[in-house]
Amino acid sequence: MKKFTIVILILIGIYLALPILATALYAFSTEWNKTILPEGLTFEWIRTLFQDARFIEAFGRSVLLSGGAVFISIMFIVPAIFVIVLYFPSLEKWFQASIVMVYAFPGIILSVGIIRFYSGTSLPMILAVMGVYVISVLPFMYQGTRNSLRNVQGRQLMDAAELLGASKMDAFRKVLLPSVYPGLFVSSLLSFSVLFGEFVLINLVVGSQFETVQIYLMTKLSTSGHIASAIVFVYIVLMGILTLVMATLTKKAKGMKRT
Amino acid sequence: MNMSGKKGVLLILVPFALLMTFFFLVPLIHMLISSFSNSDGFTFEHYQEALSSSYILQGFKNSFALSVVSAFIALVVSLLGVYAMTNFSEPVRERLLILSNLTSNFSGVPLAFAFIVLLGNSGLFTLALDSFGWDLSFSLYSWSGLLLIYIYFQLPLSIMLLYPIYYGIQQQWKDAAALLGASRLMFWGKIGLPILLPGIAGTFTILFANAMGAYASAYALTGSNYNLAAIRIGSLISGDIFAQPELASAIAVLLGVIMIIGMLLSEWLIKKTRKDLSKR
Repeated sequence: MKKFTIVILILIGIYLALPILATALYAFSTEWNKTILPEGLTFEWIRTLFQDARFIEAFGRSVLLSGGAVFISIMFIVPAIFVIVLYFPSLEKWFQASIVMVYAFPGIILSVGIIRFYSGTSLPMILAVMGVYVISVLPFMYQGTRNSLRNVQGRQLMDAAELLGASKMDAFRKVLLPSVYPGLFVSSLLSFSVLFGEFVLINLVVGSQFETVQIYLMTKLSTSGHIASAIVFVYIVLMGILTLVMATLTKKAKGMKRT
Repeated sequence: MNMSGKKGVLLILVPFALLMTFFFLVPLIHMLISSFSNSDGFTFEHYQEALSSSYILQGFKNSFALSVVSAFIALVVSLLGVYAMTNFSEPVRERLLILSNLTSNFSGVPLAFAFIVLLGNSGLFTLALDSFGWDLSFSLYSWSGLLLIYIYFQLPLSIMLLYPIYYGIQQQWKDAAALLGASRLMFWGKIGLPILLPGIAGTFTILFANAMGAYASAYALTGSNYNLAAIRIGSLISGDIFAQPELASAIAVLLGVIMIIGMLLSEWLIKKTRKDLSKR
């Protein structure tokens, strides 16, 4: 049994790694049409990609859109989570109900609602997509914020600071925020990376008028395999960096809790 | 805190409520209404059309089968994988989890492309097998090809969800059971699995919903050709010539209903297993 499950674990590893490795190798290979291994290695595709203004612009748009949505979420959603977790725990069930609904209605359903409702209005569709993005990262932001508030016993921390003469605002800014910051940062990075890979809403609602990395990749999919693999490679590297930063921060936060 | 202070704090909830209303609830309600209306007013015709079209029903059937099968396979495989992780120390396990998380963002269009590189018409494996003279008559652009891709994006999610549930089982329980003479198999049959069951049911639901709502991989791979409910919605809402937004709304509502039924079913199952457990 033990040996069998270890074999399964290794097979999972191979299954998950293989597509990534193959794409990465393809991004650096000269010709790879007839032979089993590439005929030569080259940086040409990566260089071409980074000299392509269309890609750089698409990358900028992706960062702007995902980063903007995460920023709005931090400014407006996270304070609401703070208030509910700290002072109105009875309202938490409404938050949880909202999260279940967010899971139940994925992008493909929401895109229909957004197109139907906003296409006749003067609100630019890209802002409508951004609004939906803000809502769709709610589960991640809520989970992260609530867990870190519970870990540091946020309510007691606030009360103690206020008892010692700090105003509510000061207690929040100087005591509570620094102690939940790592958890909040990890949730934000997670949200960002999820939104960075979003394709359904942006493609159906806005389309090529706002070309993100995902849409750019879609156009290259059928025209140039090498360039497409270079895009996917850059995307994987970016996601890898974000995952490592998140893992390091989570570990640090855990270490802080233990001491 | 006095009452006026509380009211002041409640104001912080207003932006959240507005965002939730205008970018989630209102569009969904509007979609629901539009699925029941035509130029004359109230109608069931879009639902009649959707439910009497064998093409659309086939799409639902394909989506359902793909979701159930991919969720089931991913669940079983990752259960075994998470079980195998017990053989390693905690730091190693955490490193394995990070690697799994790394692939959890690898879905949609990039993932479809990676599978094209591997198994597409001139993919790596396709060519390698060709050169050996083997013909597996496997097509990536079919149900089984999509199944491979779906299992890929379900696996990391399943591991991520199952890991904390599995490690909720304390070593002390195993020791206690062993001390009382239970074998490993007995422990898992009588104690371990029943405790895990609600978590497993919940994980299955999330995986199922995740696959039912997936659109990007199938779209990137086959355009609008492969018949899935999500693909039908996409082509009906964005179709340049044949856009039928009301019909798309009706299908989207039906898909939403399936999602909600799935969630309620798992909620019921979780409650029931908990009750059964407490009766013992």
